[in-house]
Amino acid sequence: MTETTAAKTSQDSPVLDLQDLRISYFTRSGEINVVPGLDLKLYPGEAIGLVGESGCGKSTIGYAIMRYLGKAGRITGGKVIFEGQDLYALDEDALRRLRGNRMAMVYQDPMSSLNPTMTVGAQLMEIPIYHFGASKSDAHARAIAMLEEVNLPDPEAMMRRYPHQLSGGQQQRVVIAMALMAEPSLLIMDEPTTGLDVTVEAAVLDLIAALRRKHKTSIIFISHNLGTVVRICDRIGVLYAGELVEEGPIRDVFNDPRHPYTRGLLSCIPTLDADKNSAPLVPIKGTVSVPRQRPPGCVFARRCEYLQDGLCTQDTICMGYAPQSRKHRVRCARQHSLPPLERSGASEAIDVEAMPHNEAILAINGLKKYYDQSAGLGLIGGNNVQVKAIDGINLRARRGETLAIVGESGCGKSTLAKILTGLELATSGKVTLDEVDLTELGVGKRPDDVIRRLQMVFQNPDSTLNPSHTIGYAIERPLRQFAKLQGDKLKKKVKSLLKAVNLPAEFAERKPRQLSGGQKQRVAIARALAGSPEVIIADEPVSALDVSVQAAIINLLAELQSERQTTLLFISHDLSVVRYLADRVAVMYLGKIMEAGRVEDVFAPPYHPYTEALLSAVPVPDPNVRSKRIVLQGKPPSVMDRPKGCPFATRCHRKIGAICDEVEPVEQRFSSGHRIACHLPEAELAGMEPVLTTDAAAE
Amino acid sequence: MSMTDQAATPLLPARLRRFLRAIALLRESPVAMIGTGLILFWVLVAILAPLLAPFDPNATLQPFAKPGTAYAAGHGTFWLGTDHLGRDILSRIIWGSRTVLLYGFVATACAYAVGIAMGLAAGYCRGWLDELLSRASDIILSFPILVLYVVIIATIGASGLNIVLAVTFASAPAIMRIVRGLVLEIRERDYVAAAKMRGENAVYIMFVEILPNARGPLIVDACLRMGYVTITIGALGFLGLGLPPPDPDWGGMINEARSMALAFPHMTVLPCIAISSLVLGLNLLADGLREISLRD
Repeated sequence: MTETTAAKTSQDSPVLDLQDLRISYFTRSGEINVVPGLDLKLYPGEAIGLVGESGCGKSTIGYAIMRYLGKAGRITGGKVIFEGQDLYALDEDALRRLRGNRMAMVYQDPMSSLNPTMTVGAQLMEIPIYHFGASKSDAHARAIAMLEEVNLPDPEAMMRRYPHQLSGGQQQRVVIAMALMAEPSLLIMDEPTTGLDVTVEAAVLDLIAALRRKHKTSIIFISHNLGTVVRICDRIGVLYAGELVEEGPIRDVFNDPRHPYTRGLLSCIPTLDADKNSAPLVPIKGTVSVPRQRPPGCVFARRCEYLQDGLCTQDTICMGYAPQSRKHRVRCARQHSLPPLERSGASEAIDVEAMPHNEAILAINGLKKYYDQSAGLGLIGGNNVQVKAIDGINLRARRGETLAIVGESGCGKSTLAKILTGLELATSGKVTLDEVDLTELGVGKRPDDVIRRLQMVFQNPDSTLNPSHTIGYAIERPLRQFAKLQGDKLKKKVKSLLKAVNLPAEFAERKPRQLSGGQKQRVAIARALAGSPEVIIADEPVSALDVSVQAAIINLLAELQSERQTTLLFISHDLSVVRYLADRVAVMYLGKIMEAGRVEDVFAPPYHPYTEALLSAVPVPDPNVRSKRIVLQGKPPSVMDRPKGCPFATRCHRKIGAICDEVEPVEQRFSSGHRIACHLPEAELAGMEPVLTTDAAAE
Repeated sequence: MSMTDQAATPLLPARLRRFLRAIALLRESPVAMIGTGLILFWVLVAILAPLLAPFDPNATLQPFAKPGTAYAAGHGTFWLGTDHLGRDILSRIIWGSRTVLLYGFVATACAYAVGIAMGLAAGYCRGWLDELLSRASDIILSFPILVLYVVIIATIGASGLNIVLAVTFASAPAIMRIVRGLVLEIRERDYVAAAKMRGENAVYIMFVEILPNARGPLIVDACLRMGYVTITIGALGFLGLGLPPPDPDWGGMINEARSMALAFPHMTVLPCIAISSLVLGLNLLADGLREISLRD
């Protein structure tokens, strides 16, 4: 009862007011000041995105607002005013009444906020029962209504399910439903879509945006992905080392970024309309570090390319307004004297003839991989179910080119990598590396020379290097194995490889835990290069890295590849990265290739409907770009029970009719090797509109 | 040549530094430090036994002497008294530490060698070998452990070597289970796949890529297990299945004095304290190591 009146009276006062908030962590080695003083106001119905690299204090601020900082974290100054009351002056009881009621939080991993032993319904009903003393039937009705609102199918059945019976996207919807149950006035979302597939992410983002409009909830949206922020928020705050360096309306900040760090962030992310030939990514040099003693002046100075000695490194730099704006604040001493930002335009048509048409080095023909999964109790038998992870793939990779394989999780792209590397054997079909038939050669049976010619870079930087071995050992071992090097020559080669991946030679003596994620991935690349391979398979090599580091690794891969004329098989779920790096692309869905061709053909009409949906789902970090919204219904069917016809038929927004369900589509061929497996008539495919349009063009 | 010199010199200090860092880490845990202190005490006692022991441990001197009694027929004092055969208890405890530490260490090491080999093979190769080893160890572990020891020693006879064999036979399956569990997790890491992909053989992958990364939990377990083995050797001695009589052995000392425990408590209590303090030391060290490993 009281909450509605409170909300009304506070129409013009901020929901949340952070006044000079200071947060420190107290560790064994002393105090670390992670947030040195943050001022931020959030008004009713507003959504602000907090962005920055990992380690810059985004989540810490989120937790501090909820008063959830762990034992080590403490507020050392300032205030958190929520709806007019100082949160840090409240007692535990009052705080408990606020949390989950007036303010709620959604975390990255939905399973960490859901209780695995309680049904979804019980968890949802708890909230109105606890906070408003609602009756059971009333709570039940509210829970059902809420589940409907977050677009979960069959809410009645959903109420009785346990969290592990839901998919990741459904779990996150339930968490959002829980957060909104009490109609909070403040919702803090900490990377809510980071673990989700791109099409699921797009649907969840659309849902958040719609709910926000409906409930007038204020949102703090924490993300490392600038594109998702653009979809949800009207303001953006860029954080660096715990300081807000730039803050303002999203269009103002994106169109006229005034802080060098914001500029750095924007120019290091690959976008759907740029590739390595037209607009090289510019990584930000160095890494975020929280200095124990903050330097006088600007915290970003160490990494800033516009650094001016004296001006930037002396006095404390305050937030100042950008020219002609009362909303756009920047913390930079040189913001008025920065040169205008040069944005590279959309990619120009590449000279197709200039691209070398080399012969294929790796050929995949009719490749199938079926797993037998016993549905019974192991030893006792039961029915065997066949899982078709890969179901007939034809692909060719030419010498010196980058072939990207994109698709969402479960599409079989990693299985393909395992078969190519020999870690698994194909069920049928043929893989050849320059006339050598690899199909029957498991990794243990491959001759040394074949092993040398085909190497791999893995996804997870933390498990790619053996923590017990030094970096030097990790690179030496393949050199001994493949090049039979020893002694001085070996040491020299290790140094030159480290140099090739831009690491200092001293790193040879370090252990992996002394390296950052990006550095580990560089070592992994050096290790893969040791035998001078002809084909490198990279399975999501940058997906676990921060954007600025990601840019550097992508550039390194592109550079090494063009230098050494290596064939790169780049497996990724990130279409922007693929657009940037690849020469040719294959789009996979449920173990089949839906579309393949040169990158500029695949990313422009005609599209396969699945490619079209994928492209429309990618969050574009530019508020001026409009992308057509295609929301895919449902989730991919299980590989155990794949549709008889086109695998995409169950979710397709351009489905023609029964033919899609019954008949497997044949590939339609277009210019320069572009092929699409779809039943749509050629004319309709060719007549599709591009997914992305810029505002300027539309107006 | 200058290249190799340059490369070789920084290696030693780095290794030394790493060792010193490990010691420094140990010093942060008071529990681990107390444990280490107790163990070092007994190790020193065992090494310096000939210097420390005031009497010949097997010599019959003066029966039933209370602690602190002076040796009537010669020089010296029985600080901890003598037993029913007139042997100096302090000297027997000092010499007995050699037995218990030697056999405790050797038996644990042997059990580990066998257990690690079995665990690596089962966890890495999987398939029928895993089934065979796992089922065999299930069978061994289904016996009450003390019964197993008694049966083995009673069958093959009481001797130092046989104690080592019995401990190995009874403990290796449990160690195998731990190792197998660790291997199952580590074998899925990317660096193992990377090793396979440069053509390394299975033995290299098991011992060089996998085993070093399993060492943390294994070191903790080894400390605990050496404690159990110490107790086991004591228990076997108590049951009369320990080392053949004349040589001092803590468990055997308790057994021999058992019937007189009420009249002459010092004959049983003192060896008991010796066993407990060593086992306590090993357990504290294990606790401390676990605590340290969890902290970082």
